[in-house]
Amino acid sequence: MGFDLSLARAEVRQFKISRTTETRSICPYCAVSCGVIIHTLGDRSKNATSAVVHIEGDPDHPISRGSLCPKGITLKDDINNPMRIKSPKVRRPGSDHWEEITWDDAIAGIARHLKDTRDRTFVAKNAKGQVVNRTPGLAMIGGCTDTNEFNFLQWKAISAWGVPYRDSQARV
Amino acid sequence: MAQTLEIRRSSASMWGSHTGIRTAETVAKYIDTTTCIGCKACEAACQEWNDLHRVATRQTGTYQTLPELHADFWNLIRFDERDVDGNFNWLMRKDQCMHCADPGCLAACPAPGAIVQYQNGIVDVNQDKCIGCGYCATGCPFNVPKFHTSGGKMAKCTLCVDRIDVGLEPACIKACPTGCLNFGTKEDMVALGNGRVKQLKASGFKDAVLYDPQGVNGTSVVTVLKYNKPDWYELPADPHVGLLVRGWKNVLRPLGVFAAFAAVVGTFAHFATYGPKAPPEDGDEADRGSGQV
Repeated sequence: MGFDLSLARAEVRQFKISRTTETRSICPYCAVSCGVIIHTLGDRSKNATSAVVHIEGDPDHPISRGSLCPKGITLKDDINNPMRIKSPKVRRPGSDHWEEITWDDAIAGIARHLKDTRDRTFVAKNAKGQVVNRTPGLAMIGGCTDTNEFNFLQWKAISAWGVPYRDSQARV
Repeated sequence: MAQTLEIRRSSASMWGSHTGIRTAETVAKYIDTTTCIGCKACEAACQEWNDLHRVATRQTGTYQTLPELHADFWNLIRFDERDVDGNFNWLMRKDQCMHCADPGCLAACPAPGAIVQYQNGIVDVNQDKCIGCGYCATGCPFNVPKFHTSGGKMAKCTLCVDRIDVGLEPACIKACPTGCLNFGTKEDMVALGNGRVKQLKASGFKDAVLYDPQGVNGTSVVTVLKYNKPDWYELPADPHVGLLVRGWKNVLRPLGVFAAFAAVVGTFAHFATYGPKAPPEDGDEADRGSGQV
C-alpha cells in the first residue's frame, strides 16, 4: 500500500550543467548567427581537460535571445564529430588528394595566387580605350555566416582588386 | 536528499508526502500550433538535454520524424496535412507528456512511488522504482509513456524537472525560434492562450480554442488550436482516466489488501477463540489405519 516515508521529497535528476565552464560563442551555420553558450567539462584548471558536454542558446544574445534551430541545438555533435576538419587543406593542381597545411601557409598561398592572377589578367583599358581597371580572372563568393561588417570589408577589398564578379551571399 | 520539490501525489501510495508546508506554483507549457513552423528545434533540444539515444527516423509520408513517441524520443512534432474549406492547412502539433492534473498513468501504476506528481504539477517517472510493467501506458489517455526495451523501464517527458528545479525553463521551450512555445505558471499560460484565441477569432478563425481538457482536471500543457477539432491534431476530444483503472486502483486493490489482512486477523481470532485443533476424541489408531471412512 506504500507507507514508505522516504518518498517525502522528489528525486529529480541532478542539474547536469551546474558547474560546467560556460563559453559564449556564435552558431556557425547560417547568416542569422545565433548566440550559443558552450558548456565544457571542468573549470579550466591545470589538470582538467575540457570537453564539450552541452550547448544551448545564449539568452543575452540580441539576435536569438536564447532560441536556436535544430541545427544549432545539436552543435555539440558538430564539435565532437571525429570527421570535423580542424586545419586548412589544399588540393594542388593535378593532385588527387587533400594535404593538410598550416593557416600561415594557406593565407600566404591564397595571397600569392590572388596577386599572380590579378597581374596576369588585369585590364587597365577596354577596347575603346576607356579606363576600367578590372580583374576579370577573379571572382568572389561570400559565406552565408558572414556578418554585415565582414561583408562590408569584403566588398572594400574586392573593389580594390578590381574584381567585377562578386556575391556576398548576404541573405539577411 | 537535497531536492526542493515536494510530491503532491505518488503512485500506489495511500498518501503522498505532501505536507503543504511550502507552496509552489503549478507550471505549464504553452503551445501555439498556429505559429509552429515545424522546424523540430524542440525535438533536437529534448534529445540533447536529456542525453537520449538516437532513434532511426521512419518515413510515414509526411515530415514527421516518427509515427509516435518513443522511449528514446519524448517530444514529437506531428504533421497533419488537411484541406479545410478548400484551403490547404498544414497542422503541426507538439506531442509530449501533457502532465495532467489528474494523471491516468499515476492512477494505473502499481509500483509505489514509480510515478510521482510534484507539487508544481509535473508528472515524472522515477526509474529507480519503476518495474516496467507498462500499466501507465494503459492508463494514459494521450498514449505517452513508452517502454524502454534495453532499460526495462518506462520513459517519457519529465517537463525538464531538473531544469525547472533550478529555476530554468524546459529545453524545448528555450529552443523554439518562433516563440510558439512558452513556459510559465499555469495561470499565465492559460491567460496567454486565451489572448491568442481571441486574436485568432478576430482574424477569422471562428472556432479557435485553447485545449486544456477538463476530463483530467486540466493539463500542464495548454495548446492553442486553430480549429476546434482535437482529432485533427491527434488529440482526444475528451480525455479521462478509464473506469477500469479507477475501479481497480480505488476499489479492487484496497479490497484485496483488506481481504489479505482479514484472512490473517481472522485466522488469529479463530485460534484465540477456539484454540489449536484437537485430535478427534472418538477415533483411535486402528480406525485411522483400517481405511474405513
